[in-house]
Amino acid sequence: MMVFAAEFDPQPMHLDEVAARATMMGGLCASGWYVCSILMRMIADAFVLDSSSMGAPGVDEVKWLLPVRPDDEIRLRATVADVRASNSRPDMGFVKFNFELFNAAGQRVMTLTTSLMMGRRDPKSVAP
Amino acid sequence: MKFFEDVVVGERFEVGRHTFTTDNIKAFARRFDPQLFHLDEAAAARSHFGALCASGWHTAAVWMRLMVEHQRREDDARRARGEPVAVLGPSPGFRELKWLKPVYIGDTITYSTEVIETRASSSRPGWGLMTIRNTGVNQKGEPVISFISVAFVERRKRAA
Repeated sequence: MMVFAAEFDPQPMHLDEVAARATMMGGLCASGWYVCSILMRMIADAFVLDSSSMGAPGVDEVKWLLPVRPDDEIRLRATVADVRASNSRPDMGFVKFNFELFNAAGQRVMTLTTSLMMGRRDPKSVAP
Repeated sequence: MKFFEDVVVGERFEVGRHTFTTDNIKAFARRFDPQLFHLDEAAAARSHFGALCASGWHTAAVWMRLMVEHQRREDDARRARGEPVAVLGPSPGFRELKWLKPVYIGDTITYSTEVIETRASSSRPGWGLMTIRNTGVNQKGEPVISFISVAFVERRKRAA
């Protein structure tokens, strides 16, 4: 948490235990960008590296709902919200995911909605 | 940070610039986004990106770093002028993040931020919410990243 914060988000609430207590977060917490990056790593290990992923054009929305604290164990739930073919590229489609991160107490700490670009099984068989 | 009351919709400022190197692209990708087009030049050349490119999360995280440094410089200047400094609070999130073009090795990205909305916080009396549009443009002038984020900004204390 603090290694990431030192490099990318050096604010007191992410780096300094004492100073963090005086902030709105009430104590040390992870940078939201760190939680996003960890989510990326979790989905890479869970399925993206073993898929036809072609990256993502962006992220519809991220909500940082609750702070992630040191030693919090987080769990990720992925829900496929939509699957559609690309109009412009017959070799790929978009898979829209709703991701929800939970802490050990079962509280939702972050939600993230994004569409991943995925290669299609047999592009040649797809009518243009 | 300036106080919420002094934040003006439409104000725009350059946040900073960063050059993405092979080493820092791969170091980020190894930790957080180990897809081959972020890690391996040969595999990236065969991908639809055509060459090794940075994880989009890396491009976003660099904005955060530059924003924190920008605010720190601004706050130092305020203190030097004897002005009070307001607290820039946490962010409840962001939306409409678009990775518009890949960020390739050696690209220098210039980040800018524009205030697009301000409103008082209904749940936290001492705070306002500032909505900003953040963009990154490469050395050719092509936009590579854009997103809209929200952050809490401290309000000026009312005179008793």
